[in-house]
Amino acid sequence: MSLTADDVKKIAHLARLGINPEDGVAYAKDLSDMLELMTQMAALDTEGVAPMAHPLDQAQRLRADLVTEADLRDKYQAIAPQVEAGLYLVPKVIE
Amino acid sequence: MENQSITELAKSLRAKHVSSVELAQIYLQRIKQHPELNCYISVTEEFALQQALAADVMLAKGEGSLLTGIPIAHKDIFCTEGVKTSCGSKMLDNFIAPYNATVVEKLNRAGAVMLGKLNMDEFAMGSSNETSYYGPVKNPWALAAVPGGSSGGSAAAVSARLAVCATGTDTGGSIRQPASHCGITGLKPTYGRVSRYGMIAYASSLDQGGPMTRSAEDAAVLLQAMAGYDDKDSTSVDQPVPDYSAGLNQSLQGVSIGLPKEFFGEGLDAGVAATLQAAVAEYQKLGATVKEVSIPNLKLAIPAYYVIAPAECSANLSRFDGVRFGYRCQNPEDLLDLYTRSRGEAFGKEVKRRILMGTYALSAGYYDAYYIKAQKIRRLISDDFKQALAEVDVLMGPVAPTTAFAAGEMIDDPIAMYLSDIYTIAVNLAGLPAMSVPAGFSGGKPVGLQIIGNYFAEQQLLNIAHQYQQITDWHQHIPKGFE
Repeated sequence: MSLTADDVKKIAHLARLGINPEDGVAYAKDLSDMLELMTQMAALDTEGVAPMAHPLDQAQRLRADLVTEADLRDKYQAIAPQVEAGLYLVPKVIE
Repeated sequence: MENQSITELAKSLRAKHVSSVELAQIYLQRIKQHPELNCYISVTEEFALQQALAADVMLAKGEGSLLTGIPIAHKDIFCTEGVKTSCGSKMLDNFIAPYNATVVEKLNRAGAVMLGKLNMDEFAMGSSNETSYYGPVKNPWALAAVPGGSSGGSAAAVSARLAVCATGTDTGGSIRQPASHCGITGLKPTYGRVSRYGMIAYASSLDQGGPMTRSAEDAAVLLQAMAGYDDKDSTSVDQPVPDYSAGLNQSLQGVSIGLPKEFFGEGLDAGVAATLQAAVAEYQKLGATVKEVSIPNLKLAIPAYYVIAPAECSANLSRFDGVRFGYRCQNPEDLLDLYTRSRGEAFGKEVKRRILMGTYALSAGYYDAYYIKAQKIRRLISDDFKQALAEVDVLMGPVAPTTAFAAGEMIDDPIAMYLSDIYTIAVNLAGLPAMSVPAGFSGGKPVGLQIIGNYFAEQQLLNIAHQYQQITDWHQHIPKGFE
């Protein structure tokens, strides 16, 4: 499996990740090398094997639906790039 | 003073041979004298002296734990309230953590004194500490060599006596490999043993924090304070924490050691292999028996890991969007430009590579072929370890195929770097605990022996490492220039 600079551009868009156009070819090569490595996996028969998500096969723990956090909005917003009146500011989304 | 163990220092502090403030000053002075290693991203002098003063007050009242007044440093992946927590990235260069990681909270409560935050590969992605935004860390044993990664700052600092002990994290070998390359003792606990709350996530089903120390005896003390169930980490395991130090004096008579044949095959450096053989022979002198075992699917650990870890990384790192914290690009045109440029300008090459790989592996049409396939292989590898550990008590083998390699040697060849993780990443996939213990030198550089145990067998691993450290002195060697 070999990827092109154009593929990288598409993947980068999915990840909302800026890539310099001049680096596209290098990333395409690196990713193709990684995919080449991954073709080794196909050789192994894994029919009937259950995918493993947690090393101890634990289920996600649930907790009571109670408020446990204090209101720390001001503290958290103090480190935000841009806030106003308790709101995080981003460029205009709706025209 | 710089060579005393945590237990010895605790005695010195109580006997008033030294105060906690004096001890902190000794270490802060040493840190200033050795900027060449670049192990620290932040030195928190004021903070350290405040904590040391408080420790002295506690000690004067006869209170405190073994860690009270002991100078420690944290890998810069652990959130420390009021202190920059960069994760080695430009993305978080301006990030002052608003809360403490559970591990930090526990160590603060134990009275440990934080000297600063340690350098690391960016977002813990790397095996050489060369991907850090703050520049590479050097290996105290050979300045031209890498210290290993991603906890390279932690390993170099402990080895060079720029901290008594340190925290690290291990997703694919990031505690054990730098511990091996820098000649210190490192332990990756069982997945779920140490809370991940406030530990910046890379690959959540693999990440695990652990102690990086000079000896197994010190590691027992540090792990004791770090381990335990945490409500705030939904993958934390609710299991009692045994008294690790109390388990350090068990005889190794009859303990069975398995040597996985795949760990000693092609690609293992001859000098490393000879060093490990000598270490295993020491264990036989201690009464242990040795047997060959097999991890048949070991080779597939690399492709499986480099699907699973990047997939989880691409999801975890999506939180860095330039909106709530961290880096934001200048004058974004619109929201898409804000996301894309903030991330593009602030993430380094290796992080980008893994986000791209993970995004691809999780995208529609490829998910089953890559992610699900890798998770199935993960189970087969885990089963291989279960099988081997049903035959023997622990497994032993190399941590890395070679000693610390030269800086710059592999940074432009990511695949070669990934392949060097072969002996460590399989253990993360299985979620087992494992250690790196100094076992000698090859070509003047340290070699670590990896000891892998069953789930929650940290106490047994620490004892096995400690017994070896009673009859060898490899863990006491100090790199030249750092005595």
